[in-house]
Amino acid sequence: MSRLVAHFDVHYPSFHLSVSLDVPTSGITVLFGPSGSGKTTLLRCLAGLERSSAGFMQFGSDVWQDEAKGMFLPLHSRPIGYVFQEPRLFPHYNVRSNLLYGYKRIPVEERRISIEQVVTILGIEHLLERRIHKLSGGEQQRVAIGRALLTSPKLLLMDEPLTSLDIQRKQEILPFIHRLHEELRIPLIYVSHAISEILHLADRVVLLKQGKLVGVGTLNEALTSLEYRGSFGSLRVGAVLDARVASHEPQYGLTQLEFKGQFLFVPLQSEIIGQSVRVHILSSDVSLVVGRTDAATSVLNILEGTIIEIREMDRSSVDVLLDIGAPLIASITRKSFAILGLKPGQKVYAHIKAVAINEELTE
Amino acid sequence: MTEIDLSALWVTLRLATITMVVLLIVGTPLAWWLAHTRSRFRPIVEALVALPIVLPPTVLGFYILVALGPYGPLGWLMNFTLAFTFTGLVIASVFYSMPFVIQPLQGAFEAAGKGPLEVAWSLRASKLDAFLTVISPIALRGYISAAVLGFAHTMGEFGVVLMVGGSIPGQTKVLSTTIFEHVEAMEFAQAHAISAFMLIFSFLVLLGVYVANRRFPIHVS
Repeated sequence: MSRLVAHFDVHYPSFHLSVSLDVPTSGITVLFGPSGSGKTTLLRCLAGLERSSAGFMQFGSDVWQDEAKGMFLPLHSRPIGYVFQEPRLFPHYNVRSNLLYGYKRIPVEERRISIEQVVTILGIEHLLERRIHKLSGGEQQRVAIGRALLTSPKLLLMDEPLTSLDIQRKQEILPFIHRLHEELRIPLIYVSHAISEILHLADRVVLLKQGKLVGVGTLNEALTSLEYRGSFGSLRVGAVLDARVASHEPQYGLTQLEFKGQFLFVPLQSEIIGQSVRVHILSSDVSLVVGRTDAATSVLNILEGTIIEIREMDRSSVDVLLDIGAPLIASITRKSFAILGLKPGQKVYAHIKAVAINEELTE
Repeated sequence: MTEIDLSALWVTLRLATITMVVLLIVGTPLAWWLAHTRSRFRPIVEALVALPIVLPPTVLGFYILVALGPYGPLGWLMNFTLAFTFTGLVIASVFYSMPFVIQPLQGAFEAAGKGPLEVAWSLRASKLDAFLTVISPIALRGYISAAVLGFAHTMGEFGVVLMVGGSIPGQTKVLSTTIFEHVEAMEFAQAHAISAFMLIFSFLVLLGVYVANRRFPIHVS
């Protein structure tokens, strides 16, 4: 599998970034960390907007930077699309000219993405002849994304493209980003500090802290690693599952999802049977039952799992990492933990009180 | 206007136009550097560029005269003098009007920032391409102000011209020195005619700039 390999050492008077990265080029990689962790600097290094004296960057088989050999490709010679935090549209051009700025500058034989395609995916057909200052923030950012896509990049970099937008606009653009990734299959590296964006988009997560790499893993590995989960702030995610719609029960207002042979009920969805849905479970919504009780329960979602690891979080709570075919974390009280006498390797049943579909997630 | 006055007008317009063009060409990279450098030499260069605003023109004129004269570095090296020539006058005017071109350009470049440039690079535009197609249109107002102020300020110079040029008819005699000479010779009517012409001309030029700025605002969202 094609990989992105990079190493950067950047020294500023008040900031030092030192990162070695080796990730697959496919899919959506989210660079995540608190502000000041070096996410944007790392992205700018990948693009060639910052140059470090000992930098190295290889994308697939193409080397873009190798300072040991004095080699550095400037951004305009790299097949990269870059979407900045602010839309940064050119004020002296209208929407169409903005979109075509990069398109006109790539050789005809390299144009894999057409204007019609981009305009349709982003839903900006009606804006083409508008002047920039007549657009809303969300519309501007969509045009900026389209403008970057029209250079038919081999790698798309996005630096918190939703930060400057309100929650409604975010909900409007997130599906577009997801859709363009699914339809155009361009590897995407996405900088974010918003957990909702990660849950929605990420295939893998690169965790950064104070200019250092903390960890790299798939979304589920990162979120359900007892090591890393402190990095994600107060939102205690227990699991993110890529499930499939198995059946609908409209008479109860429910949809049944299938996930590795186990089933979950969620409120009725519009997706058709067989379609994939990403759901997440908060660790505080998971309670544990030892041994199958035959007593009736109102809880619909009961998953069987094995305890992998136990970690005490604070004076009152304990995080229990389970294997249910994928990692799942349950946050329980220390008292329950002591009463149940939980041990690694033990079989338990996880009762899940709520399953959220990512589209509903707000912060 | 007499024939001498007309030739002074011609010299003046030629001088102002050439000075303006030279300054826009030289001033663009210098203003760009000043707008974006983190070098510790920046305040020194800024102070040097701004000097003509505060110095008496005669001081500037005196040193340029010495530098361009037969005993200056140029004259000493190549046995060659530019003092009291039109070329010498252009060189002097370039220094004298420099702040009036550099400062609007620098301000425009600072306002534009590096953002649009980075975007253009990410859209496969080379550095020159990005500058021509993105930065210069965004900085258009700065260019208009710089061109007009550079031109008008050169037209209005007196002390430097007198020191370096020496008011030789057809070569270095410009309108401002002509007015002075008419007054010296008690020819108030001629002095008045040229003065009124310069007053109206300058007003119209500035009016044109302000109207244009209002008419064609650059929309920065």
